[in-house]
Amino acid sequence: MQNAWLIPLLPLLSFILLLLFGKKLKEASAYAGIGATLLSLMLAAAVMLGQWGGESYKAEGVWLSIGKHAVTMGYEINPLNALMLVIVTLVSFLVHVYSKSYMRGDDRFHVFFAYLGLFTFAMLGLVLSPNLLQVYMFWELVGLGSFLLIGYYYFKPEAKAAAKKAFIMTRIGDVGLFIGIILLYWQAGSFEYDEIFKAIADGTISSDMITLIAILIFVGAVGKSGQLPLHTWLPDAMEGPTPVSALIHAATMVAAGVYLVAAMYPLFEASSAAMTTVAVVGGITAIFAASIGLMQKDIKRVLAYSTVSQLGYMMLALGSGGYTAGVFHLMTHAFFKALLFLAAGSVIHAVHTQNIEEMGGLWRKLKITAPLFLIGALSISGFPLFSGFFSKDEILMATYGDGRYGLFVLAVLAAFFTAFYMFRLFFMVFAGSPSQEHGKVGESDGPMILPMAVLGVLAVLAGYLNTPWFGTFLADYLSHGPVRFAAEGEHGPIWIPILATAVSLAGILLAYLMYGKKKLSRNWLSRSLPSLSTIVYRKYYVDEAYDATVVRGTTGFSCLWSYVDRYLVEGAVNGTVSLIQWLGKRGSYMYDGQVQRIGAVAVAGLVIILLFFAAAGGYFS
Amino acid sequence: MNSIPLSVYLVLALILFCIGLFGALTKRNAVIVLISIELMLNAVNINLVAFAKYGAKPGLTGQIFSLFTITVAAAEAAVGLAILMALYRNRKTVNVDEMDIMKR
Repeated sequence: MQNAWLIPLLPLLSFILLLLFGKKLKEASAYAGIGATLLSLMLAAAVMLGQWGGESYKAEGVWLSIGKHAVTMGYEINPLNALMLVIVTLVSFLVHVYSKSYMRGDDRFHVFFAYLGLFTFAMLGLVLSPNLLQVYMFWELVGLGSFLLIGYYYFKPEAKAAAKKAFIMTRIGDVGLFIGIILLYWQAGSFEYDEIFKAIADGTISSDMITLIAILIFVGAVGKSGQLPLHTWLPDAMEGPTPVSALIHAATMVAAGVYLVAAMYPLFEASSAAMTTVAVVGGITAIFAASIGLMQKDIKRVLAYSTVSQLGYMMLALGSGGYTAGVFHLMTHAFFKALLFLAAGSVIHAVHTQNIEEMGGLWRKLKITAPLFLIGALSISGFPLFSGFFSKDEILMATYGDGRYGLFVLAVLAAFFTAFYMFRLFFMVFAGSPSQEHGKVGESDGPMILPMAVLGVLAVLAGYLNTPWFGTFLADYLSHGPVRFAAEGEHGPIWIPILATAVSLAGILLAYLMYGKKKLSRNWLSRSLPSLSTIVYRKYYVDEAYDATVVRGTTGFSCLWSYVDRYLVEGAVNGTVSLIQWLGKRGSYMYDGQVQRIGAVAVAGLVIILLFFAAAGGYFS
Repeated sequence: MNSIPLSVYLVLALILFCIGLFGALTKRNAVIVLISIELMLNAVNINLVAFAKYGAKPGLTGQIFSLFTITVAAAEAAVGLAILMALYRNRKTVNVDEMDIMKR
């Protein structure tokens, strides 16, 4: 456990190594990244096993002292972040393995692995941070890693735009987080988690202030986790390579927002208004993104909206007091969503298109990818006995138990949508007959299959960590942590799992009838309600609205100021210059080489000085 | 002897200086310019002598100083006239207006 600081440093080492020698290593670069993350994974697993019933551990040193205040740096191990360490290192390791094959032949192969190392380092550092300042630093570093990886295909204008968009959108959230951290330091006098929690428990911070701080920190989480007002960057981020989508935009970085809320949970719990905000934003995001996912045609975008929706679920769970439920769903989602992305990458690899309308009939051709994708789809849909079923049940129970029935209905509806769009995707890609010839469609090779297989197993088994039937291992495990959450022993009514199952089966069935059997016409909605379906297909015009208001507004405002700069400021500067030039020219006319003119000017100057002194009363006075 | 006040000497010196200055700045003939300069120097001499007699610390310093000035002025006039001669030989004129080679 004392060696936990090595966990983030190993990927950093791989990053530096690849930065220095990547050009020479070429394809062998992958081994550096894979080796580093494998070691990290083993260490993280050891740390987590140590945490199982063990005490949390913290080590830090003074980094900076200003007067009496000392800013510390260090690392902390508690059950929550040990779990995150394992999730991040595991997914990162699998994605490294997968990328080795997926990115083969790319000119900047080593750069890709270097970026992956940087990102993994940042994410692990974020998770290990014992204080908010350190969190903020790694938070930004994670944003940088994401920016670099989304813009990896920088020669594609869409990828460039997406990278910029992701950076700016998350930055808006980061400003909120930053203000929140400053306020918290002002109020609690420390960046440390435990001291902040102590200050909150002691009641030294007024309740209004707690609400304000909690909401500001949540704004940061909204930006990173793609929640409602700031979600638009996440679907665009799919321009990055698919393994990146699996690592960053499904399993780890977007979960950072959820992790932050979970890590700062006592703060949120202290304010019911903040909890309501989290729950409402999460619930609305869940249904909103799920409904957009119903209409998308790009395989990765469907998954992206599904990610946004599932993150909304996690926020909903946390906001409803379901701490375990939120963290549990974070874990299961990391596995099945990474699986879905990697499987989607495998499909894209095989058919070289992302448009699901051009796919079809791939079940027979991708004999391994297809069942794995099916496992992921069943899991995310909440099909009984798969991991998503258990974690989604927990969330529904928590929401129901919290008494916000409106949000409960939204969550159930979102579950239905989820099941529907996942199986719409599944049937359109794998069932039926190919709508287009793709040439030779071959199954991916071993390094791509293996990570998917591991994730496939986890996507099924991870759910059994916390079930009402076999025991709530995860809840017991998390209860050792510094965050004291209400015991969720009392389980909701028995009809909730049944309802959830029914809803997910209904979604799957509807998708089967529409896209599998084609019994129902697939475009009855767009025919009966053309305007509504257009609105959903165009993602509720959120991008357009931002473009019309924020982007145009900013452009117009800066245009105005550019005119002010060009004509007012530059005008003043140029005016001064030409005045001086004019004066100089006048002066040089006076100098015509005539001795007497020079003398006259000298005398005139002398007279002026004398007059000045006469008026001022002398030189010495 | 003491009936004439200091200010009268100073005003005389001022008038003399102004005449000299006017001449030095306006006359075109270089010889007149040199003479005007001598006038200004002598205005200074009057001041020196006047202050030596009526100043805050009466003494011989001022008078001796004015003797020095007269000597130096004589030397200066001699050098000035010599330069003037050289100029005249070169340019066939003593007109100050035409001596504008400093601009070139």
